[in-house]
Amino acid sequence: MTTQAAQDISDVLDGDEIVQGRSLWVDAWRRLRRNRAAVTSLVILVFMLLLCFLGPLVAPYSFDAVDWDKVATAPSLSDGHWFGTDSVGRDLFVRTLVGGQISLLVGIVATAVSLLIGTAWGATAGYLGGRVDAVMMRVVDILYALPFMFLVILLMVLFGRNIVLIFVAIGAITWLDMARIVRGQTLTLKGREFVEAAQAMGVSTRNIILRHVVPNLLGVVVVYVTLTIPRVILVESFLSFLGLGVQEPSTSWGALVNEGAREMESSWWTLAFPASFLAITLFCFNFVGDGLRDALDPKDR
Amino acid sequence: MLSFALKRLTAAIPTLLVLITLAFFMMRLAPGGPFDLEKPVPPEVRANLDAAYGLDKPLLVQYANYLGDVLQGDLGPSFQYVDYSVNELIAQGFPVSLKLGISAMIVAVVFGSLFGMIAAMRQNSVTDYSMMTVAMTGISIPNFVVAPLLILVFAVALGWLPAGGWNNGAWPNMVLPVIALALPQVAYVARIMRGSMIEVLRSNYLRTARAKGLPMRQVMLRHALKPAFLPVLSYLGPATAGIITGSVVMEQIFSIPGLGRFFVQGALNRDYTLVLGVVIFYGALIIVFNFLVDLLYSVLDPKVRAQ
Repeated sequence: MTTQAAQDISDVLDGDEIVQGRSLWVDAWRRLRRNRAAVTSLVILVFMLLLCFLGPLVAPYSFDAVDWDKVATAPSLSDGHWFGTDSVGRDLFVRTLVGGQISLLVGIVATAVSLLIGTAWGATAGYLGGRVDAVMMRVVDILYALPFMFLVILLMVLFGRNIVLIFVAIGAITWLDMARIVRGQTLTLKGREFVEAAQAMGVSTRNIILRHVVPNLLGVVVVYVTLTIPRVILVESFLSFLGLGVQEPSTSWGALVNEGAREMESSWWTLAFPASFLAITLFCFNFVGDGLRDALDPKDR
Repeated sequence: MLSFALKRLTAAIPTLLVLITLAFFMMRLAPGGPFDLEKPVPPEVRANLDAAYGLDKPLLVQYANYLGDVLQGDLGPSFQYVDYSVNELIAQGFPVSLKLGISAMIVAVVFGSLFGMIAAMRQNSVTDYSMMTVAMTGISIPNFVVAPLLILVFAVALGWLPAGGWNNGAWPNMVLPVIALALPQVAYVARIMRGSMIEVLRSNYLRTARAKGLPMRQVMLRHALKPAFLPVLSYLGPATAGIITGSVVMEQIFSIPGLGRFFVQGALNRDYTLVLGVVIFYGALIIVFNFLVDLLYSVLDPKVRAQ
């Protein structure tokens, strides 16, 4: 016991452990691993991604192929329609996965849009400060107060319901929060020694923002991204549920839930499967986000 | 106080203007006008239509006219519901949506605060964890999934409540839509309330209140509730926006003849003026409500009041 401890100490003294230290990310990863809900959610999410994007490639049915002999059949393992079929005889399993592709893609791409705009906007405003900051954040305040869901619907009505527009429109809603969070963080980073050092060495403002400020924002941004993705998926499914999002024959979880809700009294599975896929995904993203926040929050150490 | 109100008001007015301007130009920039039908109308008729709706004038004149009309409270005629103005449609649908929304808001605040308080008082207990897991579920599962499930259980299977319809706001018709609408907001309020209540419970003045031997009930209601409620109050702005957006879907699912239903119908039928009018109406409502919440906050929070 004592020899073991002595051995450990001498290991530490000899080895390079002290020299290396532990980075924020290693620390965070350790804490995250201890959070069972977050790890389970992460595993489920990876599985969900693989299933949605690889599943349809190997499935024996196509998402828009109609089987007139099997209209609205209940789920069964024997005939290959694991989740049953919908009201026009399309395989629900493949449709749920393909719908998941759209929902997840919208979630990821729109979040990436909001990440780019939000980080650039927030970091610039925060770093430059003064009048530029005041004006830039004023714009954010004004946009923030707009009823965005309604503007997105208006956009869909006016410009037709295409998927690229959904990406852009949703990305444009969510960058506001990102900008605010990033700005707040930048303000605290701005006074730190390494930024002063860079300024003293004559690094250009652009490079200070890109090389010194933005990388240090990553922790906050990662947490926020994991919490934005489920929000975006929810917005998309809301639009699709109302019939204003993805159009037939293409589909998304929101659109499937809409179809399912109409037929739930006769065929419960058309609602149950897409709804549970959607709910599980949202649930897991929220858990991972919460877990990451706890893991990366320095206050908690 | 007055200067605070003025400051907030000067923030609200540009927002309103941006909203109207954005909505108007989005509408005009869109490809295809409201009269681009499958079968084109003869040019003479088209010219008359354009003249009747003022579409033949330069864009800026149209904008000025529209802005003037909107500021006077006139949102123009509906393109699809012939003989109806947007104002009339709003007057018809909004009272229904309002009743639904206010009920949901009351449910959300009362139950959310109650659950949050209980969770905070038993922090890290089984009660706390299970309540917060339920709250997380409430946030994660969209209400357009919850609503059909509620219908399936309480209307179809058990037959206790009607599956839809409004029936002039009779309470059996209200129960399910209000629950579905309030659920995510209950969850948010509970989470906020829990967080702020935990902080309040740790504060010195609360320890004093308990040390002087006040019963727990009185400590919570007289001393803890008000400061802990402030964050919930500032959440009421976003909550309103959430409830208004949610009621659009609920009215669709439960076939309630509210404004949200008109809005979705209008959106699906490309009824430009109706959609535009409702966007501006709801936008103004949210902005005004946010302003009122800010005012109320400044009255209740001594820190803001002192400024």
